[in-house]
Amino acid sequence: QETDTITDSLWDELEESLLGADVGPSTTLWLIERLRQRVSDENMRTGGQVQQALREELSALLGKSSSLRFSKQSPLTVILVIGVNGSGKTTSIAKMAYRLKREGHSVMLAAADTFRAAAIDQLQEWGNRVEVPVISQKPNSDPGAVVFDALQAAQSRGSDVLIVDTAGRLHTKFNLMEELKKINKIIQRFVPDGPHELLMVIDATTGQNALLQARKFAEDIGLTGVIITKMDSTAKGGFAFAVADDLGVPIKFIGTGEKVENLMPFEPQNFVAALFAQQ
Amino acid sequence: MAMFENLSKRLEGIFNNLGGQGKLTEDDVNAALREVRLALIEADVNLKVARQFVDRVKEKAIGADVMGSLSPAQQVLSIVNDELVEFLGGEGVNNKLDLNGAPPHIIMLVGLQGSGKTTSAAKLANYLRKQGQRPLMVAADMYRPAAVNQLKSLGRQLSIPVYSEPMGADPVNICVNSLDFAREQACSVVILDTAGRLNIDERMMSEVVTIRERVRPQEILLVADAMTGQEAVRVADDFNKAVSLTGMILTKMDGDARGGAALSIRTVTGVPVKFMGVGEKTDALEPFYPDRLASRILGM
Ligand SMILES: Nc1nc2c(ncn2[C@@H]2O[C@H](COP(=O)(O)OP(=O)(O)OP(=O)(O)O)[C@@H](O)[C@H]2O)c(=O)[nH]1
Ligand SMILES: Nc1nc2c(ncn2[C@@H]2O[C@H](COP(=O)(O)OP(=O)(O)OP(=O)(O)O)[C@@H](O)[C@H]2O)c(=O)[nH]1
Ligand SMILES: [K+]
Ligand SMILES: [Mg+2]
Ligand SMILES: [Mg+2]
Repeated sequence: QETDTITDSLWDELEESLLGADVGPSTTLWLIERLRQRVSDENMRTGGQVQQALREELSALLGKSSSLRFSKQSPLTVILVIGVNGSGKTTSIAKMAYRLKREGHSVMLAAADTFRAAAIDQLQEWGNRVEVPVISQKPNSDPGAVVFDALQAAQSRGSDVLIVDTAGRLHTKFNLMEELKKINKIIQRFVPDGPHELLMVIDATTGQNALLQARKFAEDIGLTGVIITKMDSTAKGGFAFAVADDLGVPIKFIGTGEKVENLMPFEPQNFVAALFAQQ
Repeated sequence: MAMFENLSKRLEGIFNNLGGQGKLTEDDVNAALREVRLALIEADVNLKVARQFVDRVKEKAIGADVMGSLSPAQQVLSIVNDELVEFLGGEGVNNKLDLNGAPPHIIMLVGLQGSGKTTSAAKLANYLRKQGQRPLMVAADMYRPAAVNQLKSLGRQLSIPVYSEPMGADPVNICVNSLDFAREQACSVVILDTAGRLNIDERMMSEVVTIRERVRPQEILLVADAMTGQEAVRVADDFNKAVSLTGMILTKMDGDARGGAALSIRTVTGVPVKFMGVGEKTDALEPFYPDRLASRILGM
């Protein structure tokens, strides 16, 4: 007897699993609509077929996997890391530095979060652990000046990757967004094709606000990629579909823990599979 | 995939089409409540909580008289708003800290990584000092790089003492030892800043359980980010089961997050929101008001 039929409760279940994974109402309703269309166009008969089609649709929204971009013009590649407070920027920078170093790059870090208490110490501590130099100034100094110093240091010491850590900022704060634009301009003065990566870090436990954040950062200074952290949590990071699709910005890495090794290249298939995995 | 329009506009649209007269009919209400449910989920209210909530609203809305001055849409919104306020603890919500009994009163902050515990520890210390308390902050995070320095630096900014031990010390011992220090220094409130941890990390969860058993905090506050999505319920539920939360601090409310997570947490655990974090500075802490959060969840 056929039990795997396409029933109302199958649609309800799909809707629930998407909404429950923070995919969000707009994307979820759009996906369900599209699936219903495909079911009739393609004469699907089983729930299994619908599930498979959903996975395809979800993967398509995420786009292809994409690795870090390096400068083709300048010997120095600059990666600017931004995002709201506490999302995991500084830790992700340490993880990227560790990774890049193992791949043979000579990496330098810039401590341009001069605002948060002990943010500089935190990056320095990571720099010690990963054994990469950290350029910093005193707390509360001008972040632009730190970036300027770091660019000079990276060029004179012949580093090939400079990663800039910035203070956490909510996308709604005008002055802080202006400060980022300034940092961006300073980088462009040294390396006209930079920053080569503008990576936004988003916490997987975030809900629908992630999309507002990503949109505003993309509008104000542009984004070349996203890192989703804390994927070792019970959250699924379903906002990623809307972020990747709406903004056309690829997800580059996922963070899966607090250690330097816990950074994985983003794999759309695995991400989609994890969305439906029970924990 | 456009963003959801304003809920009240969508409700107006529905009632214009259906045109209920005199009383709100079940069909009108069902159509309207579907929009309410989606708006709540858009505001990060947990799915199951949203359903439970909508069921309650339904009972109140069906058969309600359409009042002269309010359109049916406005009327549904007003029922939704009132119920939200109720779910969030009601007008007479108890958002006071329990500082009864003999000092030192112990407040433990727990939560996921990066939710704002350390910053909230400093904000709370600052707030309580203004109320005449003598706070001590305790650096019980031995894992995050420079976590101790972060709290010490906040302590220096505020001239509030910080108890810490050298790297490698045991967080449980640090908390226990801090109490002797607090008594010596005649501190009246001890605020324990614990490390960020995942609710599913058994080893780290058992650490907070042990701290709780050893120092018996009067207040155990979950520090939760206002931007948290659907998992807020599970996180809060797990923390609550492990350490019996007494309240919650909802941080980063200075952004544009709708804060639906707070409704989910409140509904599932019954734990009241006691404070809201509204900025990065040490004075950016406000008492919690349900009506303000209700309007915000509804995008009004
Ligand atoms: N479980 C887990 N924790 C993480 C991950 N990435 C970062 N964290 C933790 O999240 C917390 C915040 O990380 P940070 O790197 O300081 O975040 P940030 O974005 O630099 O924070 P601000 O500079 O204050 O805005 C720390 O406790 C990290 O250890 C991850 O992938 N998994
Ligand atoms: N805008 C804003 N930022 C906040 C608020 N509360 C905390 N933050 C910021 O959020 C980030 C994380 O705060 P922390 O206090 O370090 O968080 P934590 O929970 O102690 O982090 P871990 O110890 O790594 O788990 C920092 O950048 C804080 O400045 C708030 O209410 N509003
Ligand atoms: K996960
Ligand atoms: Mg940081
Ligand atoms: Mg902390």
